Amino acid sequence: MVRAIAILIGAGFVAVLSWALFWSIQGVITDPPAPTAVDEFHLHPKEVELASNGFFGTYDQRQLQRGLQVYKEVCANCHSLKHVAFRDLTQLGYTPAQVKKFAADWSVKAKQFDPKSGDTTERPNTPSDYFPTVYYPGTGNPPDLSLITKARHEGPAYVYSLLTGYTDQPAALLKKFPDAKVPDGLYYNPYFANLNIAMPPPLSQDGQVTYLDGTKSTVQQNAKDVAAFLTWAAEPNLPTRHAYGLAVLGFLLFFCILAYGAYQNIWRDIKH
Amino acid sequence: MSFPWAKHYEPKSGFTKWIDERLPLPRLVYGAVGAGYPVPRNLNYFWNFGVLAGAALAIQIVTGIVLAMHYAANGGVAFDSVEHIMRDVNGGWFLRYAHANGASMFFVVVYIHIFRGLFYGSYKAPREMIWLLGVTIFLLMMATAFMGYVLPWGQMSFWGAQVITGFFSAIPVVGDTIRIWLLGGYAPDDAALNRFFSLHYLLPFVIAGVIILHIWALHIPGSNNPTGVDVKGEQDTVPFHPYYTAKDGFGLGVFLFIFAALLFFAPNSLGHPDNYIPANALQTPAHIVPEWYFWPFYAILRAFTVDFIGIPAKLLGVLAMFGSILLLFFLPWLDSSPVRSANYRPLYRIFFWVLVADVLVLGWCGGSPATPLYVIISQISAAYYFAHFLIIIPIISRAERPTPLPNSITEAVLAKKGGTSPAHTALSGSAVPAE
Amino acid sequence: MASGNTLEVPRQDEPHHDGEPRRRDFLNIAAVAAAGVGGIAIVVPLINQMNPSADVLAQSTTDVDLSKIEAGQGIVTSFRKQPLFVRNLTPAEIAAADKVDVKTLRDPETLAQRTRGQKNWLITLGVCTHLGCIPQGITSGEDRGQFGGYFCPCHGSQYDTAARIRKGPAPKNLFVPEYKFTSPTTVTVG
Repeated sequence: MVRAIAILIGAGFVAVLSWALFWSIQGVITDPPAPTAVDEFHLHPKEVELASNGFFGTYDQRQLQRGLQVYKEVCANCHSLKHVAFRDLTQLGYTPAQVKKFAADWSVKAKQFDPKSGDTTERPNTPSDYFPTVYYPGTGNPPDLSLITKARHEGPAYVYSLLTGYTDQPAALLKKFPDAKVPDGLYYNPYFANLNIAMPPPLSQDGQVTYLDGTKSTVQQNAKDVAAFLTWAAEPNLPTRHAYGLAVLGFLLFFCILAYGAYQNIWRDIKH
Repeated sequence: MSFPWAKHYEPKSGFTKWIDERLPLPRLVYGAVGAGYPVPRNLNYFWNFGVLAGAALAIQIVTGIVLAMHYAANGGVAFDSVEHIMRDVNGGWFLRYAHANGASMFFVVVYIHIFRGLFYGSYKAPREMIWLLGVTIFLLMMATAFMGYVLPWGQMSFWGAQVITGFFSAIPVVGDTIRIWLLGGYAPDDAALNRFFSLHYLLPFVIAGVIILHIWALHIPGSNNPTGVDVKGEQDTVPFHPYYTAKDGFGLGVFLFIFAALLFFAPNSLGHPDNYIPANALQTPAHIVPEWYFWPFYAILRAFTVDFIGIPAKLLGVLAMFGSILLLFFLPWLDSSPVRSANYRPLYRIFFWVLVADVLVLGWCGGSPATPLYVIISQISAAYYFAHFLIIIPIISRAERPTPLPNSITEAVLAKKGGTSPAHTALSGSAVPAE
Repeated sequence: MASGNTLEVPRQDEPHHDGEPRRRDFLNIAAVAAAGVGGIAIVVPLINQMNPSADVLAQSTTDVDLSKIEAGQGIVTSFRKQPLFVRNLTPAEIAAADKVDVKTLRDPETLAQRTRGQKNWLITLGVCTHLGCIPQGITSGEDRGQFGGYFCPCHGSQYDTAARIRKGPAPKNLFVPEYKFTSPTTVTVG
């Protein structure tokens, strides 16, 4: 009895799915999915060597400082970094006094609300403040960059590729997809999800940022450094995490060996 | 419960005697996981996964309670509170990654545990109740995991909540009312977030309660074993302690090693980057997908693309998705074979492995975009899934010819090593060996 | 004889057969000990997460600008989310505090002991040491009690010009936090 009902219900599911399958196959045959410009021209991020890559990844403080400089001079006008506090910058190798000055000098001031008058005034930032939010009134929505390398697939490489990936729209694309001309106000970048990004190339020429440590400032270098800095901004605990990871895995390996020995020990005289 | 040869509890010190006379907890522990609980001697490593599931639950509860000390369940601050945990709370990154990856480990372990049950016929009489309680635990786990994923209030949190609660609106007539009641609003917002937090904190303790019933039910007949043959005598068993406490200890070490490798070196590999973007009700992610452990069911949901005899495709998909789990409740009665273990059911074994492959394929489809190719594969795979449980199992469980079973666990164990002759054994029933 | 592969389950509560099991027991004990070490190690982060987080610790010091506070005036500001009384004592107030015989005080302290470096700057928490109310007297116009310092309206504790308890139920003088002068007109508290 149970069998009969079960087979009936099962046949029902199979029938419904077969019907759906029929229409799916029919759909594929009569109206095959057309390739889109994105399918054909979107590029996977380039490989970039960063100190944070790999199991033993850590951060290069010098590089992070250069990256901070790139963020400050190039990106900070439009992009917020609201989850990073100024005090976190001591992780980049700055002293508390340097951090205090950096915070006080930061051009976007902290906002203060006076509940008595209802007014919002500004004051200089202190180290315990977070980078104040930047409001960009122009086209597009510049995302906050605190987590950008975790919010994108292969984030660090993505940031680097995007910043160095601006090119002219390939003629081949326009030939194959004549309707896919880059809209006005947007820029072609094959690393961006839908190929046309509202952000103009932020790193347009070498030497845009003059590094304080004398490193040669090229677009590639700037992109790499800011990618490293943003990787830190998203994951400041990475070096600690890797260090603890090695210790914990080592201990657990040791424990597994002991535990296996004890297990064999206890079962030695038992046929199983 | 007991096999008649189970050792009885004898308090070893005055202290334990004092406690045991007033609250028989020592004797309960002794009889459940101690030297007083006989267990088949031939269990393989697939029997480790029940304890590992319990350990995974404990890890989730401990890390969860501690995270709840810092999390704020309100739309404007939830995402920020999680970043606060990751950056400012002492060891917060460790706790968050432990909880997020712990959920994945919990599901891996439970899926292996379930498939162990499917292979060795652990759901068959007299263990049907254990199986029913187990499927209940699985459903509760899925609800808990879903609500937990909403809490960080990222893009996937919000849109996942939107999609899942949207299922309810597929119910005719009352569907949308139910959906709005669940959400406390017209879309996931503060009301939904707060109640999900409350329920997410509650359900793990409900799960713990059902697990107690699950283990209690298990201890009545005792564990199944790879042969599927019942325990016949003392020779067939070993006391749980120290034999299986040692084996479970080792298993726990391996589990923690894999967990730690994931947590410390690839903590975001199983997650979706879009959940690091704060929730935006006005912008849909390119591909909405749930966490990997829901992918097979998501594939079944999306396989139903056309209406059928007036029933909308959306409703069909929802019914099928829930049906795919609910049919598990009926398995003990769908499978009428008198043989438990697939080791002795050659035909069933073949279909078992096809099912494993099928579920993996469904999972792959569920995690992929719903392009025509993946939809077609989902439709075929989903059809097999339902056919497997509802048509194939009922038929072959009657029709197949199983291979001969060993007379006892002991016989099977001896036959394995191919060593000692039967004269050495005490198959006649006495507990003392011939020497 | 319980050696080799048998079906009989040896009694595990008799660890000693021949000489060799001593090594066996050691391995078992070592495994359990390692598990114990692991168990204790895992407790540490679980307890430590309740300690103040980095953002709270960052708020653990407050800078106060003293330049606008005239003699005889005081301001109330916030230190570790509690009220902080910063008062510029007049010479008369200092003299009044020094005149008091310390031995008669419930919580004996001189004014010099309660000020770090500059005797006219009295910096204390604005929290009554009885049950935690905020005393009056820091803002001009408030009741300063009969000793010219602070007066707590909740249960009547009276503090003198050095914020020492003179009358009423409070057991201790107003708490003086750690602070140091970073310049003649700025001080860092905490």
